[in-house]
Amino acid sequence: MIEVEHLTKRYGTVTAVDDVTFRVNKGEILGFLGPNGAGKTTTMRVLTGYMPATDGRAAVAGYDVFDHPIEAKRRTGYLPETPPLYPDMTVREYLHFVGKIKGVAPKDRAARVDQVMARTWVADMANRACGKLSKGYRQRVGLAQALIHNPEVLILDEPTAGLDPKQINETRRLIKALAGDHTIILSTHILTEVEQTCQRVVIINKGRVVAEDTPENLTRRLRGSATMFVQVDGDRAAEAQAALARVDGVARVTSANDAGTAFEIESESGRDVRRELARAVIGGGWGLLELRPMRLSLEDVFLSLTTEERQEETVNA
Amino acid sequence: MRNTLAIAHKEVRAYFASPIAYIVIGFFALLFGWFYIGILDWFVRQGMQMGQFGMQGPQNMNVNQQMIRPLLLNMTVVFLFLLPLVTMRTYAEEKRSGTIELLLTSPLTDLQIVLGKFLGAMVLYSAMLAVTMIHFGLLFKFGNPDWKPLAVAYLGLFLFGGCFVSVGLFISSLTKNQIVAGAATFGVFLLLWVVDWIGQSLGPTGESLTKYLSMTEHLDDFVKGVIDTKHLVYYVSFITFGLFLTMRSVDAERWRG
Repeated sequence: MIEVEHLTKRYGTVTAVDDVTFRVNKGEILGFLGPNGAGKTTTMRVLTGYMPATDGRAAVAGYDVFDHPIEAKRRTGYLPETPPLYPDMTVREYLHFVGKIKGVAPKDRAARVDQVMARTWVADMANRACGKLSKGYRQRVGLAQALIHNPEVLILDEPTAGLDPKQINETRRLIKALAGDHTIILSTHILTEVEQTCQRVVIINKGRVVAEDTPENLTRRLRGSATMFVQVDGDRAAEAQAALARVDGVARVTSANDAGTAFEIESESGRDVRRELARAVIGGGWGLLELRPMRLSLEDVFLSLTTEERQEETVNA
Repeated sequence: MRNTLAIAHKEVRAYFASPIAYIVIGFFALLFGWFYIGILDWFVRQGMQMGQFGMQGPQNMNVNQQMIRPLLLNMTVVFLFLLPLVTMRTYAEEKRSGTIELLLTSPLTDLQIVLGKFLGAMVLYSAMLAVTMIHFGLLFKFGNPDWKPLAVAYLGLFLFGGCFVSVGLFISSLTKNQIVAGAATFGVFLLLWVVDWIGQSLGPTGESLTKYLSMTEHLDDFVKGVIDTKHLVYYVSFITFGLFLTMRSVDAERWRG
């Protein structure tokens, strides 16, 4: 449904997107994960026909976005990073206008507007000026705008940014419900979002794809070098570090607080050492206050992914 | 065409939903009224003087040539100040607020967007011109001006405004900053206004060239009631060129990103 091949975009001398290739199958939700400035927005802007690529090609619903922009755009709904609202228009007027320029037939327009407003929970603000909406409502009107012409493809640039936790949940559920009828790319820098909503993930960093997989595989792969957080009590806490380091399968133990009673423990790739760690602490006579896997932040994901790649490069060289 | 009208409709709405339309039309009405009273007063005095000296009766004075023509020519200076306020927001505001992203990712061509914005601004400009019809209506009630030269004058003014609007659109498409767009537009308008002032010092070629470029020079025949294809071609090609440049500028912006 969406094909991106060797896409490259340069701004002057800066390469924002570098030889990116991926595809999204019909009805699938693809998570586009990356830190700020990784090239997510640029890739999405090329896909939506907002800007042309320097090199490579992109096609939406079988139409090349450069050669057949109108056909491709007709089949694409796009929520940019900042929802493109006209502050003077009411929500209803705005959605009418968007419906008009997206080619919704005049007789269906009013019904479509009501449908998408109900679907994105903005119906209660239908007659409020867009400029007077809260951040959460703006985001949802932006989503409504992307859905108005019932496009085959939805491209959502950080759809949950600025929403409160309840709205985030609702939006994620909405996006999941939209899959099947629509093919969706959503960008985010929140890992859990990808885990919850997407069937496949493309991780992009500095304009390049560093990983492409299902969220499960990705997490498994990352758990390979998982980090545990352990906190003990007792006077001989300092000795605990040495004891933990001796546990079979532990790669490295670093102290995590000033008192020397908390440790971050990296295990060897693919090994679950939680039982052994617990046994070592209790057996040594310390009190086990805490033992938990440390949540991998996106930063860790990148660190691990980029380090991995560097190692491969060294091996190849 | 439907898309162009959709954009035009949106533009007109934006003018009237914000204070811009009311301020521009309001001040225009005030200033035009001022000019009108001034020239009417002068015209009436002139007529009385002529009657006193027995040269000609006031009924022999030509309302079109001696009142409407100078009035309309003077009035164009008001457009010089007000039209930048109309066009400066067209692209700059959309670029600043990010709504340009909506337009450029919708199934619209650049031409449809440019024409829509042009039409929208022209509707506002026409509303300004419509104000003047009230004043001329009074002339028709109490005098007997000829309506044909007046209609030609309106055609001229419409084209004249079109040129300014097309330049204004182009300049607005170059920046995100409305103030920059407004100031630059005013500068360019003024230049197109006074370009023939230095004509004489440039020799015969320079003189005819600057005269040709001058925006007001071409208006004079229209206001007299004469449609000369030379002027028609000038205005129409000027507008076309301005809109073409706007399209190129929007397209270039995409490549630059």
